[in-house]
Parts: sequence; C-alpha cells; structure tokens
Amino acid sequence: MALRGVLRLGEVAIRVLDMAEARQHYGDRMGLHEVMEDAKGQVYYKAWDEHDHHSIVLRQTDRAGMDYFAFKVFDDATLDSLEKRIKAFGLAVEHIDAGVYPKSGRRIQCVLPSGHTMQLYAHKEQIGNSLGYRNPGTTPDEGVIRGFRINRLDHALLGGINIDENAKFFTEVLDFNMSEKLIDHDSGATLVVFLSCSIKPHDIAFVLQPEANKFHHVSFLLESAHDVIKAADMIGKYRIPVDVGPNRHGITRGATIYYYDPSGNRNEVFAEGYIYYPDTPTIVWDTSELGNAVFAQDNVVRASFLEVLT
Amino acid sequence: MRYTVTLAETGETYPCGETENLLEGMLRLGKKGIPVGCRGGGCGVCKIEVVSGNITTKVMSRDHVSEEDQAAGRVLACRAFPASDITLRVIGLMKKNVCRTKTQALAA
Repeated sequence: MALRGVLRLGEVAIRVLDMAEARQHYGDRMGLHEVMEDAKGQVYYKAWDEHDHHSIVLRQTDRAGMDYFAFKVFDDATLDSLEKRIKAFGLAVEHIDAGVYPKSGRRIQCVLPSGHTMQLYAHKEQIGNSLGYRNPGTTPDEGVIRGFRINRLDHALLGGINIDENAKFFTEVLDFNMSEKLIDHDSGATLVVFLSCSIKPHDIAFVLQPEANKFHHVSFLLESAHDVIKAADMIGKYRIPVDVGPNRHGITRGATIYYYDPSGNRNEVFAEGYIYYPDTPTIVWDTSELGNAVFAQDNVVRASFLEVLT
Repeated sequence: MRYTVTLAETGETYPCGETENLLEGMLRLGKKGIPVGCRGGGCGVCKIEVVSGNITTKVMSRDHVSEEDQAAGRVLACRAFPASDITLRVIGLMKKNVCRTKTQALAA
C-alpha cells in the first residue's frame, strides 16, 4: 500500500447554537453514533464504518460555523517532517500535547492563508466498526447502520480568501494533488480548488469568499446513489431544511443532496464519483458552464449554494 | 394564534402563526428568488428589522445578530416568531427580491 503522508480528513469541529437540536440532527436523524460527551459538554460522533474513536465534534456556542478541521497522518515521523515543511512555507506551527484533545495523540496546528485552523495528528484511539478484525463478516448488527446510513466522513468545502495560496500549500507542503478546479471564464481567477491526498476526487476543497475562515459544508459518504435518495426521503419526512435536492455534481461526479443542520451549518451526503490517481491531469471547469459544473442534472446554479456559509 | 405581518417597504401583508417563523410566512407570498438561506439562524441572509410589534426568538448566530441588533429588533426571520401583529423591514441579502413589487418585476 503506497498511501502514506496525509491519510484523510479525520475530524471536523462544528459550532452549534443548541446542543439538544444538534444531537437530534446528527445522532437520531443522520444516524451517526455518539461516542462521548466531554466535561465541557462537547459531543463526539463517529460514522459506523470508521475505525477511529470519533470524526465529528460539536461545541455549543453563540456562533455557527467550524472551529477547526484535522487530517490524520500516517505516523509520528510524518508529523515531524510536515512540521518542518509547514514552517519552511512560512506558517507558524503550534504544538498541542497528547490528550489535550480526547483519545488523541499530539497534534500540530497552523492557520491557513484562507484563515482556517488546521490540525494534523498521527494517533487517535481506535474503537473499530463493530465487526472486529478477525473473520469480521460483512454486516454489522441491526441498528449499527441507521438514519441516513452514513459510512464515513469524507471531505469538507471551506470558504475563504487566498485560495490559490492554500492550493500551493496543500500541493507543495502536504503532497496533495489538485484534481479539479473552477475558474472565472473571463478573468481566469480561481474560484474553487479541489485537493486530493488519496484516490478520492477530493479530501478538502476551498471556495473563494470575501471573508476568511468560513464554512461551506462537511460531507459524508453513503454506499450508493440509491441511499442518497433514501436519505432525501428522511430529510423530507423530518422537515430538515434542504439547500439542493438530489442531483449530481459535474465536478467530482458525486450524487449529492445538501441540507442544513439546525444551526445553519450545511451538510452533504453523497455517493459515487470516480477514482482519482495522482497522475491524472487537473480537470478545469469555467463559469461559462457553471450550472453543469455544480449541478449536472439540471444545470441550474443556486445562489444559496454560492452565498450561504457559516 | 395568527397575526398579520406587514412589509414596511411594499405594504404587503401575510398571515403568520405564533409557532411559525416570520420567514416561513414570507415564503408563502410566493415571490420568486428569495434567497432562502440555512433556516437555522446561522447564515444571516434573512435579516429583518421589526419596526413595530412583538416577537419571540430562538437562538441566532452572533456573527449576524449582535446584542445591540437584537435589542433593536434586528433579527433573523427564520428564528423569529410573531407575538402580535408585526411591521418589518427586510435588511438582509434577500431585500432586493422581497421589496421588488410585481410592477418592477415585470419591467425588469
């Protein structure tokens, strides 16, 4: 297995306005598993097929949005090597001791040119997906896969300034590749960058915004496009506010639905898309085909999708 | 209990129940292009100013509604509920669409 260095988006810390409402949304409706509440009242979730202890952290406060996101890296040596490279790029690196974040080894943290706080860590307690590691079978017990039938946290799209600088950082320092980008047809200015550290079409993406450090959405992987439609049925049943009903992205080719949590933070569940290899040339879309790039089943651009961030 | 909500700029009115937020009622006016945002008090696009009348509110993001805003009746329509007849002004991103009259829409 050649996948080393930065492995995946491992943790997203979301601010919510009302924890009881948020718990109903992320736990009862979406079907994530609540694994812990800490002394500060922060609530931790995992998706069923993730092995690490948690991937979503909710904190109740008076502002919606995202506190930080964190990538898991392969090992401690990777963490040390990336710290040097981040500093050489010119970003300040903060050290966070093991245990400061629950179930987690030491972390390093920096603030990206876009204004977002990013952490890297190599260790987090693993609690498994309920199947075990010897003769695990294929299917968990009834009730483990539930709600929207989410397999795992997949990626996030964040809004901010200096996204070209962010792309440079992720490709030159963290060894990501740019799988796709959306540019302005007339000026050629970069509007969205899609960055992969794996065989996924994106692990993180950044959309140009007038303000730094904004949150567009966090996305979860489902098993199939059929499951996206079944999630849409639940979203309608429980009156969860929808941003964009079931559709398919031109960019990444994922089958998608966008909806909001009770604090206005956008979520996505999606399935399908293609396998990305790092020798694939970057796919470029421009705004002359914006509708097709973003929602390829009706080719309609939604103002809310471009303008509503937390 | 149902109340009448009046849009100060256009004089249009709509009915709104006390358990229904002011945005839901406004949407029933059927105006095209109201950029409905997150509907959870987080994004700020549906900001209004209550000119007269009383409301109750649920929690809203301080990024969009400061304490002074709230005291002055500048709130998010998706988190505000009528407790009397209301007159309001639209001040958020949706203003241009809500305040557009049918005549202006036809002329455009």
